[in-house]
Order: sequence, then structure tokens, then C-alpha cells
Amino acid sequence: MAKITYIEHNGAEHVIDVKSGLSVMEGAVKNNIPGIDADCGGACACATCHVYVDAAWQDKTGEKSAMEESMLDFAENVEPSSRLSCQIKVSDALDGLVVRMPESQH
Amino acid sequence: MVIAGAGHAGGTVAALLRQYGFEGPVKLVGEEPIAPYQRPPLSKAWLKGEADADSLALKPTSFYAEVNIDLILGVRVSAIHRAEHTVELSDGRTLPYATLIIATGARARSLPIPGADLDGVLTLRSAADAESLKARLGPGKRLAVIGGGYIGLEAAASARALGADAVVIEREPRILARVACAVLSDFFTEYHRSRGVTFEVNAQVEALEGEGGHVTGVRLADGRVVFCDVALIGVGAPPNDEIALAAGLECAGGVVVDEHARTADPDIFAIGDVSHRPLALYERMFRLESVANALEQARQAAAAITGRPPPPQEVTWNWSDQYDLKYQFAGVPFDVDDVLVRGDPATAKFAVFHLKGDLIQAVEAVNAPAEFMAGRQLIGQRRPISRARLADTAISMKEVAA
Repeated sequence: MAKITYIEHNGAEHVIDVKSGLSVMEGAVKNNIPGIDADCGGACACATCHVYVDAAWQDKTGEKSAMEESMLDFAENVEPSSRLSCQIKVSDALDGLVVRMPESQH
Repeated sequence: MVIAGAGHAGGTVAALLRQYGFEGPVKLVGEEPIAPYQRPPLSKAWLKGEADADSLALKPTSFYAEVNIDLILGVRVSAIHRAEHTVELSDGRTLPYATLIIATGARARSLPIPGADLDGVLTLRSAADAESLKARLGPGKRLAVIGGGYIGLEAAASARALGADAVVIEREPRILARVACAVLSDFFTEYHRSRGVTFEVNAQVEALEGEGGHVTGVRLADGRVVFCDVALIGVGAPPNDEIALAAGLECAGGVVVDEHARTADPDIFAIGDVSHRPLALYERMFRLESVANALEQARQAAAAITGRPPPPQEVTWNWSDQYDLKYQFAGVPFDVDDVLVRGDPATAKFAVFHLKGDLIQAVEAVNAPAEFMAGRQLIGQRRPISRARLADTAISMKEVAA
């Protein structure tokens, strides 16, 4: 279990307890948090679950795969802190994680 | 608000309506006994045992009560009475509506051949179908897939992962004939073959044979019998547009809608696999069958109903997972005059671009996410490209698209 703070582009904050084993994307979608679309349901096929991971957490959220890197290369408003949230697995180590959402996923 | 159909489209539009601030009552009516879930994994991760029921669900079951969506399961909308603004349910109930969204999807086409009702002859559309298929696959079992489309190929790959044998029977000279180009057909055929799947192409299925009521083989027109323990029929999915047709709404292989997913009746929308919709990029009407389409139209309808500006126009896309392959495709290959291959199919990392002059109409990418993503953007922007640069893998897709 990890407490994750999802911050929408307009600043609205949602603090959610997410079960270990789920992805950061699933934590948002299953709790109806707007701003993460995840059209493909987590198959790393669409890049509509784009988030920015706060600097303090970038080590703990792990490395991007080549697949994720390529998908992000062509997403909108990409920054060095950009991740696809379907590729970040939640564990106790991510308790306190903060992710921010881009203006749009499409 | 009544939503007829609680699939990916219906479930999504219900949630979006609440997200967009719709405050009226929402009744989501679905024939299946379970809350809306994702279908794509049924032939992929789920069939291989890599995903559970919870992970398939679009939302937790508690969600619907929390946001006051009335989930009515195990029944379907059987008739629409437009003048009265009511729908009739299969259990005899009547529901009033101010706005109706038809999201009844498509159904697996059945084969009108002898033996089609034998035990062990299956289609794959619902979670229950997938459950039934999975229970019959395993070491020593043999799956015969009738129809070499995505569902059939994904099921064949999953069957191999479960230790079962798999044979794919296709009427056309090549698999994926309706949906992909020959380069892709050849590639997938070889990839499956080297993992133990066998193919019968140019093969007309005449009957399913059985013993004691259970399927034992597929008889072909040339008299041969392909033996099997399970036969999966994957030959397309016609739209469930009967209630719309009966209500006098225009249908053309799907319910005809505009760019807001609205029918000619201003109080009735149709979204997802059941709709026949405009594709502005290609200046024509078409019926798309994909999650991306269901979600795009769910956004269109929810925006129109709540008075939001329409969502941006999307380039349609889809994907398929087979073995370790990530196959992604975008656009529709209409009016194509040339096909360009970028990369070498022998490396299992390549893309096929469908061109109309210097414009990309569609892209099919195997383990090539950059080609898929850049291709999708270029299709949407209608930006001419240089064929020579596109074919040159030494030039990155970022540079090609720059």
C-alpha cells in the first residue's frame, strides 16, 4: 500500500491509498481521478497516462524501458520527469509519491 | 439518461458524464452479469492467466453506487419507443429517457454450418467466452481457430503459451487479409509458425465434426478434417444495431451518427462498435471496431450532452499483443497508392506505412513505437513526408517528423 498524491493540471489534488502491485495509472483510473486516460488499459500502447514524477521520486520509480521511452518521445509536453504511469508499479517504497498531470493526454 | 449497453463504451460514457458534471439520473443497462470491463485482455494477458477479473474491471464495483450510476445488469434494451421517450427492457420493464446512448457493441459472427452447435465450438467476445476457452486449453489439447484475424491469432499465441497446439484455418490466401497488408501477413505467419502454430489458408470450412456431442474436428471443402478439441470461430463481429433499426434510426452496417456521436434523433447517441461514424481525415463514413474508437466517441457524446467543447479529433488506432510482439497500428489505409516498409521484418522491428502520394494514411508498427507514435501524428497533421527519408532507418522518426 502507498499513499499517492495525484495533482491535476488545474492544481486539484487527490490523495489515494493504492494497493501494492497495481500501477500508478490503475490507482488513478479505478478511483475515477480525471486527467489520466489510459486508453489502452496499461499495455504501454497509447501514451495517454502521461505524468510528471516529482524529482525526489525519480530514483524510486525505476528506469524507463526502451518502449516507454519511445512512446514518450512523441507525447505532448514531455519533460525529463515524464513517465507513463501504467509502467510504474506501486509498492510500499512509493508511499508518499507525488505525480502531476499534463494539460491533456490527447 | 439511459445507456443501452454496459461494455467499454457504455461504462466509459457513464463515468465521463459524471466527471463532466452531469447531475441527472444515469441508468446503465447491460446484458452481461458483470460491471463494465476491458475486452482486449481476454484474448491476450487474461487468457494466458496474467490478469485477473479485478484488473479487467473498468472501475471497482463500488464506483457506480458512489457516483449514483444505476447499473442494471443481466438485461438488455429490447426496444426503443422514440415518440414516448422510453426503452423497453428484456425483462418487461420500461424506462423513460431524456437522452439515450446506444452502446450495444457488436457480437461474434456465428457460422451457419453443420456442427456449429457442438460442445467445444466457441466464440470469443465476453469474459464468459474467455473463461470457457481457457478452461479447455492446456497441454495435450488442440485448438483450431477458424478465421485468421487478430482475435484468432492472439488466441493461438495464448494457446501456445498454455501448452496447447494451435492451427489457424483461413478462407483467404493469407491471414489478416481484411485488416493488414501482405508484409504483415507474411511476418505474422512466419512468427507463429516458428512457435509451433500451423496454418491452413485458402481453406473453406464445410462443417464441424463431433462425437458424443463434442467437437472433434473441422471438415474442409477438400474433404480433409483438421482434428481439434476446441474450435474457436473468429470471423468478424456484426453490429448490434437491431433496436436502432427497428426504431427507425438510419443504419448502414452500424447506427449512423455525426461527429458528436449523435444520430438524426437529437436525443439519441450511438457510440463504439455499433456506430457508423464520420472519419473526417478520410472524408467518409466507416464503422471502427476498437477501444480507441469507443473512448473517443464516449468523449464526444459526454461533451455534447454536458455542453463542453468537442474533444480534439483523433487518429484512430489499435494494438495487438502476440508472444513478445507489440503490434500497433494507426489510421485506416483508404485510397492508398503505395506501401513503404521501414526496417527489416526479419528483425521483428519494423513498420509499414500506407501512403497516398506524400501523405501517410495508415501505419502498422511491430515493436516500433516511435514509428507508430510519429506516424499517428503525421496522419493527423496531414503533413507530406519525404519517402526517401521515411525509408531510411538511419534518420530517426523524430527527424522524419520534424
